[in-house]
Amino acid sequence: MTTVTKSATRKLTIARAMAEATAQEMRADPRVFVMGEDVGPLGGVFGNTRGLFDEFGAERVRDTPISETAFIGAAVGAASDGMRPIVELMFVDFFGVCMDAIYNLMAKNTYFSGGKVKVPMVLMTSTGGGYSDAGQHSQCLYGTFAHLPGMKVVVPSNAFDAKGLMTAAIRDDNPVVFMYHKALQGMGWLGTEKGATVPVPEESYSVEIGRAAVVREGHDVTLVSLGVGVHHCLRAAKALEEEGFSAEVVDLRSLVPLDRDSVRASVAKTGRLIVVDEDYHSYGVSGEIIASAAEHADCRLKAAPKRVTYPDIPIPFAPTMEQWALPNADKVVAAFHQMMRES
Amino acid sequence: MQPTADQRRWMYRHMVLSRYLEERIEALYMEGKTPVFNMAKGPIPGEMHLSNGQEPCAVGVCAHLTADDIVTATHRPHHIAVAKGVDLDAMVAEIFGKASGLSGGRGGHMHLFDAAVNFSCSGIIGEGLGPAVGAALSRKLQGKPGVAVAFMGEGAANQGAFHEALNLAAVWQLPVVFVIEDNAWGISVAKQASTAVPRNDLRAAAYGIPGHHVADNDVEGVFAAAGEAIARAREGQGPSLIEIETARLAGHFMGDGEDYRPKGEKEGLQARDPIPRYRQALLDAGVLDEAGDVALVAEAHARVEAAIRFAQQSEFLPPEAALEQVFVESGEQQ
Repeated sequence: MTTVTKSATRKLTIARAMAEATAQEMRADPRVFVMGEDVGPLGGVFGNTRGLFDEFGAERVRDTPISETAFIGAAVGAASDGMRPIVELMFVDFFGVCMDAIYNLMAKNTYFSGGKVKVPMVLMTSTGGGYSDAGQHSQCLYGTFAHLPGMKVVVPSNAFDAKGLMTAAIRDDNPVVFMYHKALQGMGWLGTEKGATVPVPEESYSVEIGRAAVVREGHDVTLVSLGVGVHHCLRAAKALEEEGFSAEVVDLRSLVPLDRDSVRASVAKTGRLIVVDEDYHSYGVSGEIIASAAEHADCRLKAAPKRVTYPDIPIPFAPTMEQWALPNADKVVAAFHQMMRES
Repeated sequence: MQPTADQRRWMYRHMVLSRYLEERIEALYMEGKTPVFNMAKGPIPGEMHLSNGQEPCAVGVCAHLTADDIVTATHRPHHIAVAKGVDLDAMVAEIFGKASGLSGGRGGHMHLFDAAVNFSCSGIIGEGLGPAVGAALSRKLQGKPGVAVAFMGEGAANQGAFHEALNLAAVWQLPVVFVIEDNAWGISVAKQASTAVPRNDLRAAAYGIPGHHVADNDVEGVFAAAGEAIARAREGQGPSLIEIETARLAGHFMGDGEDYRPKGEKEGLQARDPIPRYRQALLDAGVLDEAGDVALVAEAHARVEAAIRFAQQSEFLPPEAALEQVFVESGEQQ
């Protein structure tokens, strides 16, 4: 695991950072190749394979038919035969047409083979809404993927982590689901979150999968999130600071493995916990994080934990309804105030 | 394409080996499950799908393959595993769930993986097709020789995975052969009630690839069709589809009452059992003599008995080993 200490001044979007990590790994390792819908000359509809086709050509950057069952199944076969495919499921919402290849093959073949068959592949997939693409193109489904054993799951919130996690994912001998939030990609048409575009070193480096990051230190409350939610938390922390409260923000970065220790350490320090998750409210990441803290003896909570999540409804089309339903910084601040009133 | 005398004996020997393995598994499976059938009881718990009657499909195809070629098989995998050269001791031990099994008992009879001979199978209909296409793509990208063969039942040809995999393999001209074992029954539903075309090999036309049809569970017919398809794949001419009319002599799974079968069908199938037929053909052709047959059968039985003893004498992994092998240790490039 490379540790990058060198300061970088060049800023990249997450999309560019993903493509750069992929290109560097493809140069270093002929077994790495990319396939999926529109990953070739178009460069991926979310920009994360831009430039790869020009450098590596149609053999190693393969446009596929719109046929996820076949090409994700094929990625499993290629990975089991010694290649290191990176395959794109364009929208995570499309998992329904190919979940068998993902959770019955990709995630289980290592177990079924007693560890003798490796499935070193990366499944990239976009998550998230906020731009009125409605209920079949806007979900997060973090909990769905993290719930099923056998695949690692990462969710970066900024370009530095995205590059390092992508490098780590490609090098990992296990299947890794790389979930990138559309609002963080740096695509203007998706309502870009500026905080995701950060300095990224040019050299190759990796960020360890399974290690959360404390992205802001504080002592009154722990705000735990992932992906775009981290930016909501940072904004909320800033607002709370103006009111005289100090919030610590934990960016999970990885759902599998889940860094419960970092969450517990933070909650043990602050005694208060709010989880922010754009995935559905019930049975998801928020419940898992709260349970992880609550079941641990060191996490003595001063107040009942709160969650700011997406309600258990399909994602509506009309901007008024969708924006009303999505988590945001104001809701995080409100949750904190309610917590303080209740305790 | 005609098999040599050695290839004929090889095919017959592996049919006998597979059949005797099935007979022994059948007997062992029922231990502890009577008088009340309880799937979880006995030395071999869980579902059991026997492949007796379908041996010609396995040997006719695998006669053209080496350990380096890739096979993805189905939930009814034993005959194919035997013909592909899967380690018999480890395979039987896996069926018993033992530590010495292919995965130490984590997979069981529907999830046999032997990386040494590039064999895998799965419990979901049509699931092996995508991986076979991907393995073929891998060989093409690496410039390495080898073909992939995806076995499936005729019911799988109605799965989306079938159409997607054939299309992808044809678009990319990959060295993969799709083999349909048409035993006429998808669990309890007859082929004519589930499939709009009488022969699935006709569907090859939809993907611009050759389709082969083998009638009457004919071992050498399978050998000929597979030989042609595999040669095309090896020469870089892309995928092919083969449908073989075969016979499921047992039920879908052990414990299946088979009430759905028309009266007399099973007896008819048993009268057309491919193994005695092939034995007679080889005797008639002078490729096999009575003494040679007796010795070959005895050797197959001894091999199976040794594998069963090995499995029976093996231990189970400690239960907490269930927690291991979810992920492999990352050793490369770290």
